[in-house]
Amino acid sequence: MRMPLRAAIGGISLILASQAMAQTTLTVATVNNSDMIRMQRLTSDFTTKNPGVALKWVTLEENVLRQRVTTDIATKGGQFDILTIGTYEVPIWAKQGWLLPLEKLGPGYDVDDLIPPIRAGLTVNGKLYAAPFYGESSMIMYRKDLFEKAGLKMPAAPTWDFIADAAKKLTNRSTETYGICLRGKPGWGENMALLTAMANSFGARWFDEKWKPEFDGPEWKKTLTFYVDLMKAAGPPGASTNGFNENLALFNAGKCGMWIDATVAASFVSNPKESKVADKVDFALAPTAGLGKGANWLWAWTLAVPAGSKKADAAEKFIAWATSKDYIALVASKEGWANVPPGTRKSLYSNPEYLKAAPFAKVTLDSINTADPINGTVKPKPYVGVQFAAIPEFQGIATGVGQQFAAALTGTATVDAALASAQALTQREMARAGYK
Amino acid sequence: MATQHTRVLGRILVAPSVILLFAWMIVPLAMTIYFSTLRYNLLNPGLERFVGAENYIYFLSDPAFIGSLLNTLVLVGSVLAITVVFGVLIALLLDQMFVGRSIVRLMVIAPFFVMPTVSALVWKNLLMHPVSGVFAWLATSLGFRAIDWFAQVPMLAIILIVAWQWLPFATLVLLTAMQSLDSEEKEAADMDGTRPLSFFFHIVLPHLARAVTVVVLIQTIFLLTVFAEIFVTTGGGPGTKTTNLAFLIYAQALLQYDVGGASAGGIVAVVLANIVAFFLVRLVGKNLET
Repeated sequence: MRMPLRAAIGGISLILASQAMAQTTLTVATVNNSDMIRMQRLTSDFTTKNPGVALKWVTLEENVLRQRVTTDIATKGGQFDILTIGTYEVPIWAKQGWLLPLEKLGPGYDVDDLIPPIRAGLTVNGKLYAAPFYGESSMIMYRKDLFEKAGLKMPAAPTWDFIADAAKKLTNRSTETYGICLRGKPGWGENMALLTAMANSFGARWFDEKWKPEFDGPEWKKTLTFYVDLMKAAGPPGASTNGFNENLALFNAGKCGMWIDATVAASFVSNPKESKVADKVDFALAPTAGLGKGANWLWAWTLAVPAGSKKADAAEKFIAWATSKDYIALVASKEGWANVPPGTRKSLYSNPEYLKAAPFAKVTLDSINTADPINGTVKPKPYVGVQFAAIPEFQGIATGVGQQFAAALTGTATVDAALASAQALTQREMARAGYK
Repeated sequence: MATQHTRVLGRILVAPSVILLFAWMIVPLAMTIYFSTLRYNLLNPGLERFVGAENYIYFLSDPAFIGSLLNTLVLVGSVLAITVVFGVLIALLLDQMFVGRSIVRLMVIAPFFVMPTVSALVWKNLLMHPVSGVFAWLATSLGFRAIDWFAQVPMLAIILIVAWQWLPFATLVLLTAMQSLDSEEKEAADMDGTRPLSFFFHIVLPHLARAVTVVVLIQTIFLLTVFAEIFVTTGGGPGTKTTNLAFLIYAQALLQYDVGGASAGGIVAVVLANIVAFFLVRLVGKNLET
């Protein structure tokens, strides 16, 4: 009795296994952000339209994902068929020949609908190497009520001088209201994202055309001095460890007059469930210093296929589905327009339903459109990227520089000393990496 | 007594496990040493070449290296001191009979089971934050100015977080040691009229010596590589005030996928850990020998 039963179970599992073999299974590595989790929930739409393709998800925290995916592709591990990577990785990896150009996204994909700066950051030698899943820039979120009380009016495109002046007027330490909240925690994706974008608007750049670092120049000095003075006069205490989440909490608790950070934060600060000040928030473009370049950055999470993949056709089919207009419509029909992945397609920003659900849509689009990964600085630069330089050494260097700048913020080092160490550290690393 | 014959047999029989253990240790170590002599970056494939000691020179000449070494020692030393002293005191307390003792014991041990990243986030945002933290609220409601922990005393803040995490471990080990103290010894001391303080210093403390040694040695191993707490709270800053060796290797090499540099940093850390262990064993290790 027992033996036949076991044999039967064995037989059934064999059949199941062989059926699974006939299918193409795509392994997707992705970030545990809410938009990606939503995509994972909605994949039945894709699998019913594409029988024969099954999906396996590997969902990880951003830093862990970056490490896993990078080591996998660099050692040709081949664990993943679809990679979720940022705009920082795409140009580096495409240059190494590690990514497959996406040329079979299908006739209905409408590549020209992608927002131009995002597309430019993902294009190398005229070929698109990754498709954007959602994109973001940075902008000012501010409190209408506090501005009114102080008799101020936020211009559509403010300058840094106006921001500094307003921040000082809004600050009231007895009620724990601080004029401006900015990132201060060291890290290449933390304070350096803000400071690099800010430096762009002050005319600075990381490297000149010969890859010589420029922290000893007057532009960086102006940037860092301005930042430190502003935060001392009008920033919250503890700014040197505040990242995105800390500032979000401060702003939602009504302790910040202004906050310059990622455009995706707009939906959190204007959500009454999370924010005490949801009905008092308005948005404006990130400031300029009158030099024609804004302090807004550009980032996108994208989907890409590793070169040499044996399942490239199915993988491209999935990418086309996940980054299409139809996917946006699908999310809207299931979860509402406020929850669609933003910042990738022009058509979304002319959709009246989305504009109604997202009051920050116009400023978001303008911010993305004015961020330029190729010509984002006043003087020409040799690297791709707005708030980063897309070279492998950048993460390490910028983390070290970020520590120095945090020291300037807390006052443990002077601005000049911080810039001098930043310059020395960057020169050292670049010399080692073989840049002349 | 074993004969010549059985001794040889014994060695042969033991050999496989010894060889396995040896290989387990030596293969990764040899590979790390080998990688540390290469110019090898994962993101620049095809450029691997032998560079001798270049990676080591580069790592040791880093301006932050000496500072990070000192930071590591300060961190390890302070956390050890705090956990051992308070561990003994709390263990003494928990050894007494009182109502709700088992619940209190459980609560005291709980921090050890909280993930380092989580406890660092809780300390950073709920306790030490100068605007929204409990400490700031306490200070301002008493009329003081809130301390900006991670800007004014960053190292102390990290030490407090790590010590909070490791205190339960020390308490647990010391408590079990204390419970193994013979009750007849206590009675004898009572009968001789020993006062509590001298009972503690002459009977309890010597009895705990071995347990303290174990606590110190095991904690040192883990404290030399503290990373998550620093990564989550200060990011090694401001400046390099809270950069320890582990964080330096991370920022110098791991972030850039520089396998050669990371291996060299790893070897340097191993050598330094061995030096520390050597002195430590000298200092306290003799307790283990009897």
